[in-house]
Amino acid sequence: MSQVYTSSMPADIDAAVIANARLSGEYNVLSLAAPEIAALARPGQFVMVRPSQSTDPLLRRPFSIFEIVRQADGTPTGITLLNKQVGVGTRLLYEVEPGARVACLGPLGRPFEPVDQPAQAWMVAGGVGLAPFVTLAETLVARGTAARLFYGARRAGELFHVDLFERLGVEVVLSTEDGSRGSTGFVTSPLAAALAALGPDEEVKLFVCGPTPMMRAAARLAESSGRPCEVSLEQVMGCGLGGCYSCVVLARRADAPPGFVRSCLEGPVFDARRIVWEALVH
Amino acid sequence: MDLSVVIGPLRLSNPLIAASGCLGYGVEYADIIDLSTLGGVAVKGLFLAAREGHPPPRIVETPSGMLNAIGLQGIGVHRFVREKLPELRDRRAVVIVNICGTTLDEYVELARILSDHDGVAALELNISCPNIKEGGITFGCSLTGTHQVVSAVRKVTSLPVIPKLTPNVTDVASFARAAEEAGADAVSLVNTFLAMAIDVETRRPRLSNIVGGLSGPAIRPIAVRMVYECRQAVRVPIIGMGGIASATDVLEFMIAGASAVQVGTANFVDPFLWTKLLDGLHEYMRRHGIDRLADLTGTLDTTHEQQAWISS
Repeated sequence: MSQVYTSSMPADIDAAVIANARLSGEYNVLSLAAPEIAALARPGQFVMVRPSQSTDPLLRRPFSIFEIVRQADGTPTGITLLNKQVGVGTRLLYEVEPGARVACLGPLGRPFEPVDQPAQAWMVAGGVGLAPFVTLAETLVARGTAARLFYGARRAGELFHVDLFERLGVEVVLSTEDGSRGSTGFVTSPLAAALAALGPDEEVKLFVCGPTPMMRAAARLAESSGRPCEVSLEQVMGCGLGGCYSCVVLARRADAPPGFVRSCLEGPVFDARRIVWEALVH
Repeated sequence: MDLSVVIGPLRLSNPLIAASGCLGYGVEYADIIDLSTLGGVAVKGLFLAAREGHPPPRIVETPSGMLNAIGLQGIGVHRFVREKLPELRDRRAVVIVNICGTTLDEYVELARILSDHDGVAALELNISCPNIKEGGITFGCSLTGTHQVVSAVRKVTSLPVIPKLTPNVTDVASFARAAEEAGADAVSLVNTFLAMAIDVETRRPRLSNIVGGLSGPAIRPIAVRMVYECRQAVRVPIIGMGGIASATDVLEFMIAGASAVQVGTANFVDPFLWTKLLDGLHEYMRRHGIDRLADLTGTLDTTHEQQAWISS
């Protein structure tokens, strides 16, 4: 229930686009040369990306750090972003070509708090909400924590990088809304079943990122099974640094009744019990 | 080269002030920006009590601009004095406290409290926020209201008093004049333009507050014109703002009549822009052989070359 997370000073990098892998007509993975950010980044943190050098669109957009790009010797050289076209800024970031430059400020925000064995870590991702879980999975595996990924999308063609998690040794549970891969329906169904199958002494922590209704449902499941749960919220952000007060969410506080807190400083990762879900829009 | 500027009794090391509502309480940025290198920091608007502000969505992007309806979320003056002011003082920031009231008495009480604390360089009177229904802008949209607030605050403080004017009036210069007559040391303008944006698919407003304030490069030419008009109307210094994002923009406001400027929205896009602005001002001064930047204020040349040739 602590307040503002203070990270090291973020770097503003005029990052060269190394690669742009278009995964579908909507999704792409953008690789950016940003060694300073890559070296500091922790799982769950984000960067503020400027999609254009012009004033239209004007503002930067927040993106979870998807992967850390490393040299053969392990030295971090860059980051990747999982982007989904939803508006003008994300369209520009879908279309951008290698060699172009993209201003990128970070790393920012409160990261996930991983767990150690015997506790297990269960990641729950919906759609583009997969973004923060590659780095978290790597961290968990490195700590020897047993990790599982519940990953849902609309259809099979929108499930990405599954093999990457499997290679890491993460147990992957898939679901699609149309049933084209994995179980049919929302990702919260296999999650509910797995939680119900747990013995009372089995320690599990949930890490959730996806559409608001899915995060709300997952948080409720965690609560009723008495398991800790962190959620990574995606709010509209103006600055990412606490200056504008636009990214607020209604959250419970230690010293006051629920109030609007800035998700750039106190989040984007929150203890799910802090969030007043009824007040969360979209 | 001398970049210092004078705002009434206040001397600033340079004309760049962080605009209220755009840098939090300043402390959020203290590790990114050396606050002491700014001409001043106008902190987020404060009421006596804490305020929650409006529910999200609170901002929406528009062409070369953004709308905001934050609703002046804030911690209230007492917590500000206790929790933020000491750090701002330690960081040697020139702190301009933006104060908001729902009543005349609230402005007066805020001015009294802040006058009792070291580390407050000036008071900016927010009589122009378009996003709250009560107080504030109702003073700023009436000439008598503007006069009343400024003179009431003037009576209880020796700090420089700088009312921040709204552009949402027919003749902003008359408001600058009312503020000057009531004893203002300077005026700052413009606050945001009342505006709205609609999602046509859902037919819903894009802001929870329905309407909000437009800022960013989109408003700059209108703001420059308003500074120019006020320069003709008053003798007190003007702090100009509205869409400033480059040194050229700073210079444009100064030539139009501003003694100093505030930068807001551009700081969201590039929190490191302050040194770039200072570099750009230095470069301009070198190129034009200007020793004192303050000499540039109000130097707009309106001579019409053809006219001059015809009359000679």
